[in-house]
Amino acid sequence: MRARAALVALALLAALVPAAIAQERASLSEIEKQVMCPVCGTLLQLADSPQAQREKVFIARLISEGRSEAQIKDILVAEYGDEVLALPKGSGFNLSAYWVPIIAFLVAAVALAIGVLRWRRNSGDDTAPPPDAPKGEDAERLDADLARYDL
Amino acid sequence: MLAVLAVVGLLVYGLVSKGSSGVTVGEVAPAGPLPRLEGGGTGSLAEYKGRWVLVNFWASWCIPCKEEAPALERFQHQYGGPKFTVLGIDSRDLSDDGRAFARRYGLSYPQLRDGDGAAAHDYGTTGVPENFLVDPTGKVRWLLHGPVDEEYLQDSVAPLLPREKS
Repeated sequence: MRARAALVALALLAALVPAAIAQERASLSEIEKQVMCPVCGTLLQLADSPQAQREKVFIARLISEGRSEAQIKDILVAEYGDEVLALPKGSGFNLSAYWVPIIAFLVAAVALAIGVLRWRRNSGDDTAPPPDAPKGEDAERLDADLARYDL
Repeated sequence: MLAVLAVVGLLVYGLVSKGSSGVTVGEVAPAGPLPRLEGGGTGSLAEYKGRWVLVNFWASWCIPCKEEAPALERFQHQYGGPKFTVLGIDSRDLSDDGRAFARRYGLSYPQLRDGDGAAAHDYGTTGVPENFLVDPTGKVRWLLHGPVDEEYLQDSVAPLLPREKS
């Protein structure tokens, strides 16, 4: 029984390990979306210049050597500098690429909230005061009308 | 308001940092350190102060660079020495490709690497190849935004160099 369980566990492991390795394997099409063609100034995915072709061949060679996506990007940075990355690294001034949109979103959200609050306050001021209750003959007629309904 | 100012500030920074730059005839040529293409370490134009230097920006993937490389090597062979050298700068290129190119064309003159194109930007190049003749004081005396050939080098560059073989 124990031997059978061990065999099942081994079979499961054998099935899962290659899948995990395959998941981590870098892909040219994925990296092309994340790096630039430094000469063309566009994403490598969209570039077809001679320099872009060399860069693609270089990346394909690194993939065939079994390098991970992060390793390949580091090697590209060593070759071409930080500007080869489509998204800058999260340090120094480059961080502004990440925090400026967040701050802009927060400022816009606060401005919107303040605007809504002011609008609601102003629209509250415009509401007419409740009408006075009917008096005298009107009150008697209203009572008679209401009495006709079985509410 | 603050957000608008921040965005405007970023745009201005972008324009200033990426704006037009470059050198023209009579200006001092940028001489910051760059990695050597072969052998490690860094080198710079400043090392050649006191010599005439033909700074040649090139890349292995550039077809006109392949055409001008033999002419530059022959010019270096003819005029190279204590008073003149060609200085190659391999720009926005893979280092292995650059080294293979230098070997293939038997380039004997010194070679630096400008992987991120910062030096090319400082010189104001718009592509490769581009050539700048720098005098012994470090000022640009002549430039060509394009390839040179043997005839051009003999007619335009050689007359500016010291008469005796340097």
